[in-house]
Amino acid sequence: MSITGTLIVQMIVFLILVGFTMKYVWPPITAALDERAKKVADGLAAADKAKSELSAANQRVEAELAKSRTETAARLADAERRAQAIIEEAKARATEEGNKIVAAARAEAEQQTVKAREALREQVAALAVRGAEQILRKEVNAGVHSELLSRLKTEL
Amino acid sequence: MAAEHGPTAGEYIIHHLTHLQNAKPKAVVDFSVFSFDSLFFSIVLGIVTCFLLWKAARKASSGVPGRFQAAVELLVEMVDSQAKGIVHNAESRKFVAPMALTIFVWIFLLNAMDLLPVDLLPFLWEKIYAAAGHDPHHAYLRVVPTADLSITMGLSVSVLLICLYYNVKIKGLGGWIHELFTAPFGNHWALYPFNFAMQMIEFIAKTVSHGMRLFGNMYAGELIFLLIALMGGAWSLSATGIGLAIGHIIAGAVWSIFHILIITLQAFVFMMLALVYLGQAHDHH
Repeated sequence: MSITGTLIVQMIVFLILVGFTMKYVWPPITAALDERAKKVADGLAAADKAKSELSAANQRVEAELAKSRTETAARLADAERRAQAIIEEAKARATEEGNKIVAAARAEAEQQTVKAREALREQVAALAVRGAEQILRKEVNAGVHSELLSRLKTEL
Repeated sequence: MAAEHGPTAGEYIIHHLTHLQNAKPKAVVDFSVFSFDSLFFSIVLGIVTCFLLWKAARKASSGVPGRFQAAVELLVEMVDSQAKGIVHNAESRKFVAPMALTIFVWIFLLNAMDLLPVDLLPFLWEKIYAAAGHDPHHAYLRVVPTADLSITMGLSVSVLLICLYYNVKIKGLGGWIHELFTAPFGNHWALYPFNFAMQMIEFIAKTVSHGMRLFGNMYAGELIFLLIALMGGAWSLSATGIGLAIGHIIAGAVWSIFHILIITLQAFVFMMLALVYLGQAHDHH
């Protein structure tokens, strides 16, 4: 158990090993480690960015959906209103048409009544004349009694 | 150990604790002696360290990492964050952080030699030595370089020299000398000798404890593995022999598992202390 020349040789070997490690081992490994750390940091940042972008896109989609939803509702309400209007209009027109038809029918009926009454009056006058002829057994001169006859007619 | 007469327990342990050296050291400090086994294993494992790290570094990319790359990156991140927490100087960290990584991986591998069966490599070496025509009884081999004080002190002295370099570099030669005489007690001429003595003690204590801690842990661990191996070595077809063999299996397994923690912890502690000492070299007083 003694200190020998081994010590000197060991020191030289040690310094050579340290030199080797310092030149060929340490720099590449630390460089790779630093680079990887940077890559990981970049990746994390990118992931964060993607996440915020995704949430922004989601918001946009949500807004778009809301907009189209209100638009649809408005359009539906509009259509309903228009349909209502059309129905109202048709109803009004139908009522008007009906009234017109009723009025025409009523006018015609009036006319027919008047005509029938006229014809009836004619016939009654003729019947009266014939009756009178029968009673008088003599011909009544229509021309002579026309005034009488027309008076009778109006009286009927 | 399969010789005609088995070695005694003492011989066995001493055999295992003898280095493969060019000569026996004549004193506690003898720089003319070189332990070839420690040097061989530490250099080979140093090359393995460099190769593994280089393999990971060559394929390093910012893409999805494979398992091996991820493991090395984990290690690099760990060392880097420790270095950042302790050494507050980006320019120095370019040297200090790779140094800490090297220390950690290298010492971990050196310590891990302890987990190999304690007789495996010495046994193979004995065979090779005998095949080369030498006496196998003199085939010494110690496989755990960090259980060699010279190796661990070599590392801690290197750290000390780097500390001194940064002291001068950061504070300037004048600033550092000023600090040597004015810290830690204060700037007063009567305190200069005490300050300087304190600083010297601090440097020596730091370095010695740094190297000794690792050495002590690994040496003790190796010794316990040797003692456990002695139990298995006493194997025979008797109740005691079988009991000892079973004891070897249990104790060996338990100590190996515990040792996984120790070798990692010691490598980590050595790295952290190196970082702390270097961080102190950057502190102004």
